[in-house]
Amino acid sequence: MPERVSMPKQPVEARRRNFDEVAQGLTAAQAAAEARRCLQCKNRPCTTGCPVEVDIPGFVRLVAAGDPIAAARLIKEKNALPAICGRVCPQETQCEAACVLGKKGKPLAIGYLERYAADCERAATREGPAVSARPDGPQVAVIGSGPAGLTCAADLARGGCRVTIFEILHAPGGVLRYGIPEFRLPKAIVDEEIRYVESLGVEIKLNAGIGQLYSLPELFSLGYEAVFIGTGAGLPHFLGIPGENLNGVYSANEFLTRTNLMKAYLFPEYGTPIKVGRRGAVVGAGNVAMDAARTALRLGAEEVTIVYRRSRAEMPARAEEIENAEEEGVRFRLLTNPVRVLGEDGWVTGLECLRMELGAPDASGRRRPVPVPGSEFVVPAETVVVAIGQGPNPVLTRGVQGLALNDRGYIIADAETGATSLPRVYAGGDIVTGSATVIAAMGAGKKAARAILRELKR
Amino acid sequence: MPLIVEQRILAPRVSWLRVAAPEVAAKAEPGQFVMVRLDEKAERIPLTIVEADREEGTIVLVIQEVGRSTADLVRLRAGDTIRDLLGPLGRPTEIERVGTVVCVGGGIGVAPILPQARRHREVGNRVLGIIGAQTKELLILEEEMRAGCERLLVTTDDGSYGRKGLVTDALAELLAEEQAIASVTAIGPVPMMQAVAELTRPYGIKTIVSLNPIMVDGSGMCGSCRVTVAGATKFACVDGPEFDGHAVDFVELRRRQSFYREEERRAVAAAGEGCRCRNA
Ligand SMILES: Cc1cc2nc3c(=O)[nH]c(=O)nc-3n(C[C@H](O)[C@H](O)[C@H](O)COP(=O)(O)OP(=O)(O)OC[C@H]3O[C@@H](n4cnc5c(N)ncnc54)[C@H](O)[C@@H]3O)c2cc1C
Ligand SMILES: Cc1cc2nc3c(=O)[nH]c(=O)nc-3n(C[C@H](O)[C@H](O)[C@H](O)COP(=O)(O)OP(=O)(O)OC[C@H]3O[C@@H](n4cnc5c(N)ncnc54)[C@H](O)[C@@H]3O)c2cc1C
Ligand code: SF4
Ligand code: SF4
Ligand code: FES
Repeated sequence: MPERVSMPKQPVEARRRNFDEVAQGLTAAQAAAEARRCLQCKNRPCTTGCPVEVDIPGFVRLVAAGDPIAAARLIKEKNALPAICGRVCPQETQCEAACVLGKKGKPLAIGYLERYAADCERAATREGPAVSARPDGPQVAVIGSGPAGLTCAADLARGGCRVTIFEILHAPGGVLRYGIPEFRLPKAIVDEEIRYVESLGVEIKLNAGIGQLYSLPELFSLGYEAVFIGTGAGLPHFLGIPGENLNGVYSANEFLTRTNLMKAYLFPEYGTPIKVGRRGAVVGAGNVAMDAARTALRLGAEEVTIVYRRSRAEMPARAEEIENAEEEGVRFRLLTNPVRVLGEDGWVTGLECLRMELGAPDASGRRRPVPVPGSEFVVPAETVVVAIGQGPNPVLTRGVQGLALNDRGYIIADAETGATSLPRVYAGGDIVTGSATVIAAMGAGKKAARAILRELKR
Repeated sequence: MPLIVEQRILAPRVSWLRVAAPEVAAKAEPGQFVMVRLDEKAERIPLTIVEADREEGTIVLVIQEVGRSTADLVRLRAGDTIRDLLGPLGRPTEIERVGTVVCVGGGIGVAPILPQARRHREVGNRVLGIIGAQTKELLILEEEMRAGCERLLVTTDDGSYGRKGLVTDALAELLAEEQAIASVTAIGPVPMMQAVAELTRPYGIKTIVSLNPIMVDGSGMCGSCRVTVAGATKFACVDGPEFDGHAVDFVELRRRQSFYREEERRAVAAAGEGCRCRNA
C-alpha cells in the first residue's frame, strides 16, 4: 500500500515571517496517486463522518480518473464551499476519522483532495450559475454573512427566493474574513466564494447591524417573509483574572480582526495599528489560539508560547495546525493555568501561571486539571492574547422580544430545521451551537434553507 | 457610499459634516454613534451622531483632528464620500423628565453634548449648560447650545472669551447655587470627565459620562473598548458609551487610550511623507 501523500508546504524559515498560504496544495500527480489509495468501500463509512455527507468515494474516483472539475461539481452538490472546507475542516475527527484505511495505516487525505478539486475548478473558467433568484420569488432576510448565512442564502436563491444578507461589518465572510488568517485561508478564496453566492442573485448589504438599524419585526414589515439568523459566536471571553485590562492584552478576536480584516500587518500603509512585543503568550489551544500564536510570529514576535490548562490530548485545534505551529517554533506550556497578568506602569510583562495535574474525569469525560499548590511561575511576555472561546454575538439577540435563548445566551433552534420560538425566524451556526466548525455552520444553513423553502411554498 | 452634502469648519482642525445616511438617521437617538471607515485602507473610528434629520435623511458629525484618521476626515468637503458608515451603535441616552439637569461639554465634547441638551429640553427639563475650550477660537457650537439650554455658562482656559477657567470651575459654582440638580452629564477629555465626577460625588448627584476608548468593530466583537465600571469589565460600544461617572476607572481608561501612541505618531509621519498637505 502506498504511503499517504504529504502536503507540500512553504519552508518553515520563510513562512514564519510571511502571511502567504502555508499549505501549497497537491500537484496533479500527487492528487491522482492519493486518490488511487481509496478502496471505494461499498458502505462508504467516510461519508457518514462528514457533517454534510459529501459523496467522498464518488469525488475521489473522479480525481483518480483525472477529472477534478467533475469532482468539484459533485462535492458542490452537498458542500457549496469546498475550497474552504478542504482547508479548514477538522478532517481527523470527521471524514478521515471514519476512513477504513485509518484502521491499519493512515486514512485517505480527503481534505487535501477536496481542496485540490475545488482549486482546479476555480482555476478553470467558471460557468454562470444554473439557477438564480426569480424576480417574483419571496423575499428572505439572512442576518450575518459567515458560512451559515452564506450557505443558507445560496440555497434559498437556488430555490427561487430573493435573498438579502445583512452584515454588520464592512466585509462579508464572518470568521472566514476576520478570524482565520490569510496564511491558512487566503482571502482571495473567500472573495471568490462570496462572488459565487452573489452571482446567484443574493444581495449583500454591508454595514447593516440588525438589532440596531432594523429590528427583527421591522424586517417582516419591510417585506421579508422569513428570516435566517447566522450571527455567530463573536463575543470574546476573557479569563476574569487580575491584570487583564493592562496594555498589551488582547482578545484573540481583536488581535485577529486587526490583522485580517484591517490588515494591520501593512501598517502604516493601512491605518489600523497592532502592537506585538518580543515575547507573546497565547492562552488556549483551539484553532483560534493556534491562529493567534502563528500570527504573532508573523508580526515579529521572537518567542511565542501557548499556555493551556489541559494536556496535549485535549487540545481542540486541528492536528495539522498544531503541527504547523510546532514546526514554526511556537512553544507549548501544557497543564498550565494563568492566574494573573503581571504588569509594570500599566504594560504587560508576563503571565503568572500555576502548574496543573490531571485529576478525575469531569462532566465532559476529560480528566479535570487541578492546580498544584505552590507551583507558581511566570511566562514572560509583552503581548498576551486570550483565546479561550467566545459567546453569542450580543447586538441582535439583546433586542428581540420572544426569541428563546438558552442559559448561555444562544438561540434555541430545532436541530433539523433551524426553527426558533418565533414564527418564520430560523437560526443556525455558532449562534445556536456555540463555537463549532465551518462545515457544521454550513450544514445548519442548508437545513434551514430547506425548511424555509418548504414553509414559503405552503 | 454615504455622501457629504454639507461641510463647515467650526474651529481650527474641527470640521462639521452633514452626511446622507437615511437609514441611520431614521434610527439615531442622542448618545449613539457611528463607526466610519473613510477608504479601503483607513481605520474604523467612532464618531458621535450630533444631529439626525429623519426627513432629510442626514446625520451630522463633528470631527476634531487629533491623529491620522481624524485628519483625513477633517479634509473632506461637500461632494466627497465616506466608504463605510455603520450605525447607529451604542445604547441611546435615557432621558426622562426629571427637573433640572446640567450638560457639560469640554472641547470637542460640546458636539456630543448638544443632542442631549436638546432632548432634555424637548422632554421638559430645565437645562443648564456649561461649555468650554482652551481659547476663544476653539469654542464650538455656542449658539446651538445657547438655543438648547435655559442658561449657558461659557469658559475658556485663557480667559479670551466667557469666564476664565475650566468648565469644572463653572460647575462648582452651579453646584453651590442650585438646589435640585437631578443629573449632570459630562462629555469631553477624560481628565475633564473625571474632574466633573469628583465634583459631583460629594453631592451624590447622578453623573453620566460618555467614554471614548479605542474601538475596532463597535459591535461587541473585539473587546478593545473594554472599560472597568464598578469593578466589572464592560464593552463601551455595546454596554455604553455612557456610564455612571462615579463608578468608572478613569486611570485605566487614560492608560488604555495611550496604547498606540507610538504607532499614532508613525501614522502621522507616514501620511506627511505622502505630502497630503492640509486644506490643499
Ligand atoms: C480564529 C478562528 C479560527 C477557526 N478555525 C476553524 C477551522 O480551522 N476549522 C473550522 O471548521 N472552524 C474554525 N473556526 C470556527 C468557525 O469559523 C465557526 O464555527 C464558523 O465561522 C461559524 O459560522 P457562522 O456563520 O455561524 O458565524 P460567523 O462566521 O461568526 O459569522 C457571523 C457573521 O454575522 C455577523 N453579525 C453578527 N451580528 C450581526 C448583526 N446583529 N447584524 C448583522 N450581522 C451580524 C458577524 O459580523 C459575522 O460576519 C475558527 C474560528 C475562529 C474564530
Ligand atoms: C463613542 C465615541 C464617540 C466619539 N465621538 C467623537 C466625535 O464626535 N468627534 C470626534 O472628533 N471624536 C470622537 N471620538 C474620538 C475619536 O474616535 C478619536 O479621536 C479618533 O478615533 C482618533 O483617531 P486618529 O487616528 O485621528 O487619532 P490617533 O492617532 O488614533 O490618536 C491621536 C490621539 O487621540 C487619542 N485617542 C485615540 N483614540 C481615541 C479615542 N477613541 N477617543 C479619544 N482619544 C483618542 C490618542 O491617545 C492620541 O493621543 C469618539 C470616540 C468614541 C469612543
Ligand atoms: S466537507 Fe469537510 S468533513 Fe466533509 S468531506 Fe469535505 S473535508 Fe471532510
Ligand atoms: S472509507 Fe476511505 S477508503 Fe473507503 S471509500 Fe471512504 S475514503 Fe475511500
Ligand atoms: S469596539 Fe470591539 S467590542 Fe467594542
